[in-house]
Parts: sequence; C-alpha cells; structure tokens
Amino acid sequence: MSNNNSSLLLKNARLIDAGQNLDEKADILLVAGKVAEIGASINSTAATVLDLDGAWVMPGAIDMHVHLREPGFEHKETILTGARAAVAGGFTSIACMANTKPVNDSAAVTRFILEQARLAPAKVLPIAAISKGMQGEELVEMGDLVAAGAVAFSEDGKTVADSKLLRHALEYASLFNKPLLCHCQDNALFANGVIHEGVISAAHGLEGIPTLAEDLDIARTIMLAEYLDVPVHICHVSSKEGVRLIKSAKERGVKVTAEVTPHHLFLDERAVVDLAYGETLDESLKPEQLCYNTATKMSPPLRSAADVSALRQALADGTLDAIATDHAPHEATEKAVEYDLAPFGVVGLETAVALSLRLVQEKVLTPLELSARLSLTPAAILGLDDRGTLAVGKAADLMIIDPELQWIVDPGKFYSKARNTPFTGWQMSGRVIKTIVDGEIVFTL
Amino acid sequence: MGFKRKDLLGTRDLSALEIRSLLESAESFKEIAERPLKKVPALRGKTVINLFFEPSTRTRTSFEIAAKRLSADAVNMSASTSSVVKGESLLDTVDNIQAMAPDIIVIRHKFVGAAHLIAGRVGARVVNAGDGANEHPTQALLDLLTISEHKKLEPGLTVAIIGDIAHSRVARSNIWALLTLGITVRVCAPPTMLPRGLDKIPGVVVCARPEAALAGVDVVMMLRIQLERQDRMLFPSIRDYARIFGLNRQRLELAAPDAIVMHPGPMNRGVEITSEVADSDRAVILNQVSNGVALRMAVLFLLGGQGHE
Repeated sequence: MSNNNSSLLLKNARLIDAGQNLDEKADILLVAGKVAEIGASINSTAATVLDLDGAWVMPGAIDMHVHLREPGFEHKETILTGARAAVAGGFTSIACMANTKPVNDSAAVTRFILEQARLAPAKVLPIAAISKGMQGEELVEMGDLVAAGAVAFSEDGKTVADSKLLRHALEYASLFNKPLLCHCQDNALFANGVIHEGVISAAHGLEGIPTLAEDLDIARTIMLAEYLDVPVHICHVSSKEGVRLIKSAKERGVKVTAEVTPHHLFLDERAVVDLAYGETLDESLKPEQLCYNTATKMSPPLRSAADVSALRQALADGTLDAIATDHAPHEATEKAVEYDLAPFGVVGLETAVALSLRLVQEKVLTPLELSARLSLTPAAILGLDDRGTLAVGKAADLMIIDPELQWIVDPGKFYSKARNTPFTGWQMSGRVIKTIVDGEIVFTL
Repeated sequence: MGFKRKDLLGTRDLSALEIRSLLESAESFKEIAERPLKKVPALRGKTVINLFFEPSTRTRTSFEIAAKRLSADAVNMSASTSSVVKGESLLDTVDNIQAMAPDIIVIRHKFVGAAHLIAGRVGARVVNAGDGANEHPTQALLDLLTISEHKKLEPGLTVAIIGDIAHSRVARSNIWALLTLGITVRVCAPPTMLPRGLDKIPGVVVCARPEAALAGVDVVMMLRIQLERQDRMLFPSIRDYARIFGLNRQRLELAAPDAIVMHPGPMNRGVEITSEVADSDRAVILNQVSNGVALRMAVLFLLGGQGHE
C-alpha cells in the first residue's frame, strides 16, 4: 500500500504543533513517510502539491484508550472498522485495550492484533492485560508481550483490586519503561451503580456510583507509584477530587499522568434524564428517547457540573495530560434495553477531535495546548518517540482540519460499526477533512 | 383542561391541574364500589394488559378490578409466565404484545425507566405501576385521594415520609406530587437509606430522626422496610431499625392531634409500624386500598376512554 518514495507538499497550512511550539503559516514537505521540511515557502517539482488555503495541520491525534473488540466481539467493532473510524476522526495512532476474548494477555494475542491491523489505515498499538485473563491473580508475561509489540499494560474495565499484585505490576513494568494505565475503581463502593451518585440518582432512583469509588482508588494508585517511584497513568478521570489528588501528586513529583474523555468534558449527569439539555439538537436526528437514554451510560459515569468544570480547568492547566476517547462500541440491540441492563460505554473516535476544537472555541485550550493534549503528551506517555509532533524526521502522521466547517453528528454516517454516541444531532464547527499516516492520505472527507 | 397525556409514567412532571383533575375523576368513581352491580360500560371492548415483571398482589389486583369495573378486558401477564425467562428483551416482549392490539399496558418492572422505554415504543397507552425505585404514580395519587378525605391538599399541610427512601418509588412519586401542590414534605430514613443528593432537591426537608420528622405533621407515611436489605449492610438488625424508626403510639403523639397514618403496604407489623398504630382509628391504610381502585379506574378511563376516540 505504502509507496515509500512518494512525496507530498502541503502548501499554505496553519501548522499547529506543540512539539515545536509552532503556530504559524507554513508549507510542509512529506517524503518517504516522514516530515522532510518545514518552511515559509517550499517548492518541489517531485511532490504532489496540496494547497490547504489556511486549513490547520496538526500532528495526528493519538488515542491512548480505545476498545476495538477484536478478537471476540467482532459484532461490536473490528480492528479494521475501529481504525477507519479513527482516521475519519483525525486519529493516526490508537492504543487498544486488552479486554477482548481472549484477553490480550499473551504474545499470541498481541501478534494477532498486529496482524489484523496490517491493513488498517491507522497505527494500532496493542495494550496488554496486567493479569492473566484479567483475573487479578497472576501477572502476564510482560517481557514476552513487550517483545511482541505491547505498548502498555492495563486492566481497563476493571481495577487491579489486589494492591500487592498492582505493586508488583508497577515494579515489573518499569523494567521495560512501559506504563501501567489504571482504571481506578473501588469495586465495593461502585457496587451495582449505573449513574453518578448525585441529585439525578437521588431523584430518579437509579443506583449511584459515588465519585469516592474512583477517588479512593486514584489515591491508592498514586500512593503505590509514589512509594515505588515508578510512573503510572490514570485512565478517564471524571471527578473533581480525582483531579485534586493528581495535581497534588504532580506537585510532589510523583510520576503520574492522566487522561480525560470528551464526554466527561462536555456532558454532566443531567444528560441521563435529558440527553438534549443545553444543546440544540438537529431535529431530524434527535433521539426519540431523551430520558434514560443508554447512550449516556458509561464508566466512570457522567458526573456533576462542578466536576465537569474542574476537569476543564485541569485539562487547561496540564494536570490532565491527554484527551482519550475510551471508544467503547456496542451493538444497537445491546443498548436498546433497560438502563440498568445496558453495557457501559460510548463511542468517541469520530467526535473527539471536533469536540476538542470546541474547547478551543470556548477558550478552554489554545490550539497549541490542544495539539499537546491530543498528540504530543499521549505519544510521550506511551514512549512513542517517532510521532506526536511534526518536527523534521518524525513520522508524517497528521490531520488537516477545516476549523470552520459546520456539520452535524449523524451516527448513521459513522465508519465505526457502533452508533452509541451521546452526541447525536450535535451541531459542530470544525472538522478533520484529511488524515495522513506515514505520508499517505488515508482519509478524505 | 384535565389530563390529556398518552401515558402516565410518573408524577414528576404532572402539573397541579393534572393532579387535581385525576383526583376529581377518581372521586366520581368511588361510588361504583358501593353499588350492588359494580360495573360501568366505560371501557367496554378495550383491552388492558397488566404486564408485571415483579411479583405484586395488591397493585395488580387493584388494576385488574379497576379495569373490570370499567368493563375492559383485563389480561394479566407475569414474569414467570412471560418470555422474559426465555431471554427475550423487554422491547421484543412489548412488540409482541403491541401486535395483539391492546389499548392500555400497565407495567411493573424492577428497573428504572422500563415504562418510559416501552411508552416510546408502543402505540398503546402505558401506565407505570412501578419502575425500580423511580416512580409509582398511581400509588402517590391514591395517597393524595386518601389525604383529601381528611385534609385540604394545599400549602400549609405537612407530610412526613419515613423509611427506606432510597429504594422507594412510593416515596419519590409522593414527593413530586406533594411538592407540586405546594405541600411541605419531610423525609426521614437511616442515613444508609437516604439517597445522597436528596437534600439538594428544592422543597424536600430531610430529618435525621423520626421525632423531628413527626413534630406537628398532619400526615405520616410509613414505608415498608424490605427485610432483605439487612443483608446489604444498610441496617444492623430489624430490631435496631424498629427501635429507632418504627412508628409506635408514643412517637405518634408528636404529630398533630388529628394526624393520619398511611402505609402503602404490605406492612411489617412490629417493624416500621406497631399493630397498635396500624389498627388504630388514626390509620387510613385500608382506605388507601379502596381508593386505589377508584383512582386506577380514573386513570384507565382518562387514558382509554372518552375524549381519546
């Protein structure tokens, strides 16, 4: 597929790249899958020329948290459909979680994922489980998994409840400089909860999930990392207190990083009983059921408005390092059930960058900060030193954005197999119009 | 004027006008129970399906009697005989029921929002007979009907609801309806059974102790304590619960001298309420049951009868 000698010249771009601290008009020359030159005016007779007319060029977004469901749950998503959704949303690298069937706890499964990803338009990075079968009892063969291509370890979807096992996992993983991505949740406090414990759960009798269930486990995880002096990454932070714990740990010098999802930045608990609250939804796409719509059910749940504003603040000040989608595809019939019975999770790959642009429009982030949260920092956390920035010599993985393109989220047009988004009918401003991986155009709107 | 909705899913979003018109209509149905021939032809030829996914004797029977007294054909389906046990989804089940062209589906389900889910799906009118811990609107309305026999439903009235608030749809439906009518609502529960966030709902007064909740109230609603909750560490023992939260004669003294005592049933005598109180002339518990039939006749009539042809 890839022609290594091809070259592509992007003219008249607005290049936004946190890695080089650049936000300026530029031409960018891509040769043999790498960034070859950046300049005010580049001429090349050999290259195919694309005049961008001021469109934004940013390093391809890197999603360190997706569920691709293959092997085992191909009716929800496959590596190929997930990767297509990724590039349609501007993501050039996606790290996929281990809770497949079988669990990615062996080199054989990791190799299978990479094999399936060979024809995928995005770079797929397998994350291995922490314990065998995600049973929380025995460590996986980390060395073997790293050799096969695992980029990180995570038990996402559940927590490693046994603190001694978590300790040993943190210690052993540090041997390979591979991060542990921790889904923090105290199982006993989480219990049978389905939405945030707060005014909505109180008023509607839905079982609540207290922020405490998350905060306690974030505290435990941070304390372990601090004691051992090893890095740790906290997945999908959703609470104000979680933010405070991470911020204070960072101030003490703990090697902790953290991510936040777009849905936790844009929606609060009110969405559970009124999916349209505060937003004018496109009439033709407006879901029939706005109350108890299962597209609002995910773990951690949509929190309070105060939590949302703390998350936004923390993303701006860098306490939260990365935006990650926690893309969790489910088949429509699996979600068309009673709220309590619906599986947790929402898709995010095809809406995340557009929502992130809204953070720029709402002055939460500058364009450069956005580029850091979407690309530079996730690359750094995963130790991917060939990408995350468009400096000369780095991989030519990038997204081209029309910052003013008006569009409406229509799940019927998703490349993902799944439609379970809470953003159906949202009117967006700004969209990825082209995605380039290793110098090849893999998506054009 | 009046009640013109397709479905009755809860009291939360009912207006005061809607509540009063339901009560007024129920008032006119009370008299039918006194007749030698307890039947009117209002819903003749209409089919009412009682779809109960949770065991229930009194609510189901009450709906069934209400439908039959209106001359509707009432069919009962319970979870044990339905296809739920065969793994069919709720929506598939109701699609099948809808295919048999019922006029009204009365649904009881253990999960919040089940009635809302099917209401959006079927053409039949849907009455929520209890969805998880969320709503049980006909219970709240029959409670109001019962209160109205003794007190004026207007601001100035104070109602205390005591018991397992967290898991009670009866409490929630009553809270919304009472607040809409401007009535003061006090709630009281062990802290383990008081949902966090309830105190942030405007109008709800949370009392830590039953003594505070009872002081001078006009109406006392005791909730059934589900004995199995003890296993979930929500309270240490029935004995402890009864001692601290149970309604006995001494505690009832704290309420207004003409206060009435209500209970949605079934009662645990000696736990949330002593027999002495339950059987006293202050208790209106059996009136609640009688009023339940009249109120449900009104609901079925307004949803399925005249004005909707």
